[in-house]
Amino acid sequence: MELDKLRFGTELLKRGFAKMQKGGVIMDVTTAEQAIIAEEAGAVAVMALHAVPADIRKMGGVARMADPKIIQEIIDSVTIPVMAKVRIGHFVEAQILEAIGVDMIDESEVLTPVDEFHVIKSKFTVPFVCGARNLGEALRRIKEGAAMIRTKGEAGTGDVREAVRHMNLIMGQIRTLEGMNEAELTMTARDIQADYTLVCECAEMQRLPVVNFAAGGIATPADAALMMQMKADGVFVGSGIFKSENPSVMARAIVDAVNNYDDPTKLFEISKGLGDPMKGIDIGTIPEEEKLQVRGW
Amino acid sequence: MIGFQGAVSEHVSAMERALAGRGSVVEVRRSGVVPDCDGLVLPGGESTTISRHLDRTGTGEEIKHAAGSGVPIMATCAGLVIISSEVERETRFEPLGLLDVKVKRNAFGSQRESFEADIDVAGFQSPYHAVFIRAPAITDRSDRVEVLAKVDGLTVAVREENLIGLAFHPELTTDLRFHDIFLDLVREG
Repeated sequence: MELDKLRFGTELLKRGFAKMQKGGVIMDVTTAEQAIIAEEAGAVAVMALHAVPADIRKMGGVARMADPKIIQEIIDSVTIPVMAKVRIGHFVEAQILEAIGVDMIDESEVLTPVDEFHVIKSKFTVPFVCGARNLGEALRRIKEGAAMIRTKGEAGTGDVREAVRHMNLIMGQIRTLEGMNEAELTMTARDIQADYTLVCECAEMQRLPVVNFAAGGIATPADAALMMQMKADGVFVGSGIFKSENPSVMARAIVDAVNNYDDPTKLFEISKGLGDPMKGIDIGTIPEEEKLQVRGW
Repeated sequence: MIGFQGAVSEHVSAMERALAGRGSVVEVRRSGVVPDCDGLVLPGGESTTISRHLDRTGTGEEIKHAAGSGVPIMATCAGLVIISSEVERETRFEPLGLLDVKVKRNAFGSQRESFEADIDVAGFQSPYHAVFIRAPAITDRSDRVEVLAKVDGLTVAVREENLIGLAFHPELTTDLRFHDIFLDLVREG
């Protein structure tokens, strides 16, 4: 076996990596210490960023990729995969993260976008995850090379309402594709500004062709189980863990809830006495222009 | 099918194709199911996460018992790490200690170094297309463990009596030869 016969960065490898995350919880962390807490709790991966979304909201200013030194420290401190965020369209931040050796890149609306165009993700060896609010947006990202989709929800709020809405929309739009003929699928692809072949794949499989996680506002074990019952393949938890009263207890409870999402008796045990979840912000009080989900197209 | 986390549905559909109606697949996410199974599959995923679930639910002990009584087990990627006897440079993770091998996690590197390759497998007539995703490798083994395949000098497929350990993902391709070996073991049992 010669190393030059190996193939790297194929679509199968990228999507396959995302499949290994299924049924898991990916947690936002800002330090190596938090990454260890997340791993101990049973996270399948950690997402490295300079501040959790709730703090990014409060701080204002330009939100950028995390300090590579901290990302490196996080990589060295855990054995689970490490992901990190880049600004929408910032392909050089993505090149830097690939050079550091992160396992997956999140092109994220939580950071301040630099371009109306998204990164052409198929050019990279490392797989990408991207946010989406509806089927068209999800398929545009997949066409650009995203190996995994997550709902955008509304990050940093602790209010799961928008994640629910986005998941409903994506799943509902896929359901309406069932039984459509070629002409109808063509019209739909045009209407939702998505690639025709990908629309046909969704119609056929009755799901997205890549792993689909829920994200944006998940703050309790019940929130996580809710998203799993709505057919999410797994969940991202951002501020919900390290903005709660007792992060390690909350982290473990959310992991257990994802595993027992369809068992209310277990969820009752899991949800008991966890301390206060993050305080959160009611999405209804956030002006439209301050919403993170409207970033990207 | 140990179904706590990872590529579970892919493994279920690959196994159903290999079974072709001659048996059924159940997903195990709580204790009490393993003792009724004729064969067990530990899929790929995150070994740390899956092993925590095995501990918390008591399923790990059930798997140990089943392995001891000769139930065939196919363990892929993270599953291989879980059934190994020792994990290199690891203090926080305790494997089940079923397969007498020492493994190294992420032996080829991070996701950037994940790869596909055609490998030669002992007993196969033609090369096998294997998908390695942050794959472990076997760095040491007892004499009872038979090596089935190597990549770049590292052992990536082994068998020890009723146990098959693979560093790659047979559930992500359509080649079912490893599933067939496993199902032959199940039928012999």
